[in-house]
Amino acid sequence: MKRIWILLSVLALAAAVAPFTGPFVILLLAQILVLGIIAMSVDLLLGYTGLPSLGQAAYLGVGAYLTAILATKFGIGLGWDFWLVVLMGMAAGAATAGFFGLFAIRASGVYFLMITLALGMCVWGLAYRWNSLTGGDNGINMRGRPKFGIELANDLTFFYVVLGLFIASFFALHLLVSSPFGKSLVGIRERELRMRILGYNTWLHKYIAFVIAGGFGGLAGVLWAHLNGIVSPVDVLLPASVDALLMVVLGGPGTLVGGLIGATVVVFLREYLATIVQWWQYVLGAVYVLTILYLPGGIMGLFKGGKA
Amino acid sequence: MKRIAVLIAGLAAASPGNSQELKIGFLAPMTGIFAQIGKDMENGFQMYIDEQKGNFAGAKVTFIVEDEEGKPPVGVRKAEKLARQDNVHMLVGGLLASTGYAIAPVSNRVKTVYVLSIAAADDLTQRDLKQYPYIVRTSWTSSQPHHPLGKWACENGFKTVSAIAADYAFGHEVLGGFQKAFEDCGGKVIQKIWPPLGTKDFGPYIPTIKRDADAIFSLMVGPMALQFPKQLQEAGIKKPVIGGGTSYDEFVLPSMGDEVLGHVSALQYSAAIDTPKNREFVRKYREKYGKVPSYYSESNYTTAQMIHEVMKQTKGKWPGPEKFIQMITQLKLDTPRGPVRFDDMRNPIQNIYIKKVEKKKLHGFDKDELWNTVIHTYPEVSQFFTYKKEEFLKQPVYNRDFPPCKHCN
Repeated sequence: MKRIWILLSVLALAAAVAPFTGPFVILLLAQILVLGIIAMSVDLLLGYTGLPSLGQAAYLGVGAYLTAILATKFGIGLGWDFWLVVLMGMAAGAATAGFFGLFAIRASGVYFLMITLALGMCVWGLAYRWNSLTGGDNGINMRGRPKFGIELANDLTFFYVVLGLFIASFFALHLLVSSPFGKSLVGIRERELRMRILGYNTWLHKYIAFVIAGGFGGLAGVLWAHLNGIVSPVDVLLPASVDALLMVVLGGPGTLVGGLIGATVVVFLREYLATIVQWWQYVLGAVYVLTILYLPGGIMGLFKGGKA
Repeated sequence: MKRIAVLIAGLAAASPGNSQELKIGFLAPMTGIFAQIGKDMENGFQMYIDEQKGNFAGAKVTFIVEDEEGKPPVGVRKAEKLARQDNVHMLVGGLLASTGYAIAPVSNRVKTVYVLSIAAADDLTQRDLKQYPYIVRTSWTSSQPHHPLGKWACENGFKTVSAIAADYAFGHEVLGGFQKAFEDCGGKVIQKIWPPLGTKDFGPYIPTIKRDADAIFSLMVGPMALQFPKQLQEAGIKKPVIGGGTSYDEFVLPSMGDEVLGHVSALQYSAAIDTPKNREFVRKYREKYGKVPSYYSESNYTTAQMIHEVMKQTKGKWPGPEKFIQMITQLKLDTPRGPVRFDDMRNPIQNIYIKKVEKKKLHGFDKDELWNTVIHTYPEVSQFFTYKKEEFLKQPVYNRDFPPCKHCN
C-alpha cells in the first residue's frame, strides 16, 4: 500500500512540474508513461504469471495501426470519439491476444518466448507488406491529435490525458493482481502443477491474463500513435518487444511500478546518452547485464518487499 | 514561486540562440544499414562548414548531428529533440523519402524550418506543399530525374521494360515518374516487381523477370544496389539495365565490379561532370575523406552553401523561418551539380544527367575506376518535366498502383 502512495506522489509531482519543464521533456514524460503501460502489461505476464512474452509490441502495433487507419481513412477518433477509439484499441489488442493465446499458452518457458516472438513477427509482416491498408514501409502519417473541448495537440494537455490513462491502467492492473484471480496467477508462476492439482484450470487463468495484457498493449498503441504522429512497421519490430520486456526486468518484475521505472531509465538513457555518444547501446546493454547479474529483483528489488 | 515559473517559462520560450549564432540540426542515419550514406551526407555538409571556418557571414555555425537510423519514427523523435531541446534554427536532412514525409509534420508542430537536403518525397513539394509552410527542398523529387530518363529510354530504342524497384515511397515515385514519361512517348512497362527495402537476396525475384523485355529498370537503395547487378549477372541475364539514380550513385560505385559496365542511370549529379567547379569539388572532397563524393555529399554541401548565401544577405542575422524560406527560394546558384534555381513550389530546377557506367581515368586521378560518365544532359528540368503543372498536380502522387500497369500481362 505504501508503494502506491509513493508512486502516486511521484506522479503528482511529475504532473505539477510538467508545465515548467521544457517542451521536449514533456514529450519524453508522455513517452515514458505510454511505455510504462505496455511494460505493466508485460509485467502481468512475466512478473505475476511467469510467462516471458517477446511479442508484446504486436498488440501495441494493433492498437496503433487501428488508431491511424481510423483517423486517416475514416476520420474517426479525432473528436469525442477518441475515447471510443481507446476502447476499440483495447478490444483489438485483446482480440488479437485472444487469437494468439490459443497457440501461445500451450507453451511455457523458452518455448513461450519463441512462440510469442513468432506471432509478433506475423503482425510485423502484415504491417510491412499489407500495403493498401498499412502503407507498408512508409507507415501512416497522422494529420493531428484529437480535439474535443480540449486540444490534445497541446503537448501538456496530451501528457495529462496519458497520465490519467496510465493511473487508470495502474489501478485496474493493481486491483487485478491483488484479487484472488491475481493470487492464482502468482500460484501458477510459483508452481503450476500444484495449482492444477488443487483444481485450478491453469490454462484458462493464463489465457485470461494473456488477453488482458493484450488489451493494455492495445491501449498503449492508441496513445503511441498519437504521441508520435506516425505509425510505422518499426514500432512493431522485435526490438520494441525486447525493450518492453527489458524495461520490466530492469525495473523489477512482479511490482507493476517497476515497468514505469524501467521505462524512465531506458527513455532517458536513449534520448540523452545517444546525443552524447554513438555507443550508447553498449551502456544500455551493460545496464541490463548488471541488473540481471546483481539485481535479480530489478531496481525495485533495492527497496524492501520487491516481490509481491 | 510565480516569479520562478515566469523565469523558467521565459527561458523555455527564448528564441533559438542569439542573432549571431546559427544552429543547424542535422538528421542522418549513423547506425544501421544506411550508416555509410549518413556519413556521406554529414561529410558534405561538414566540408562546407569547415571551408568557411564555421562562420556563415558572421554567424557562428553550431552543427548538431542526430542519428535517425534510417527509420521514420526515430527521425520524428530526433527532429522533436533538435527543435525542442536544442532550439535549432532549422532541421536539415533525413535520408529516406518515408522519413521526409514523417518529419514534415514535425516542422509544423515546432514551427521550425525543415530543409529536405536528401529526402526526395515527391508530394511534399507538390500536393502537400500548402500544408507545410516551413519546408524547402534543395535536392530533388524522386520522379524528377526519372521523367527525362523515361523519355531518353524510349528515344533510344527501348520498347518494353520490366521494372524492379524497392517497395516504399521513393521506389514507387521513381518508377512512377519513369513509367509516365516512358509510356507517354510510346514505351511499355510490362512488369513491376516490388522487393522490400533492404532486400539482399534477389533469388526469388530475378527468375520472374520477363524474358521478352528489351531492358530492365532497377531502383535500388544503399546495400541493395550492390547485390542486384551481381546476382543478375550470376543468373546469366544480359539485358541492358537502366536504373534509378540511387542504383549507381557514387556511394555504391567504388564497391561495384565490371558487372555494371554500360548500365545507364539518371540523377541531378554525377562525380564525372566535367566542369571546373565539380573537378575542384571532387578533388577537395577526395583529399579530405578519401573517396569520391556521392550525390548525398554534393547535395548537402550545396545545401550548406545555400544557407550561407541567405545568411550573407542578412549579414549573419537569422531572418526567421518565414523569411528564410522566402529568401532561399530566390537564390540562383552555380554549384558542383550545375546551375540551380527554385520553382514556385520550393523545389530546385536543375540539370538532369543521363549517365553510363564506364571504366576510365578521370579528373587527373591515376587509376582506372568506375565513373558515371554523362552521356546526355537535360538542362533546367523542373519537378514537372515538360508537363503542365496544373494538369500534373491533378493526378495522384505516384504510388504502387499509379500509373496503373496497363501492359502487365
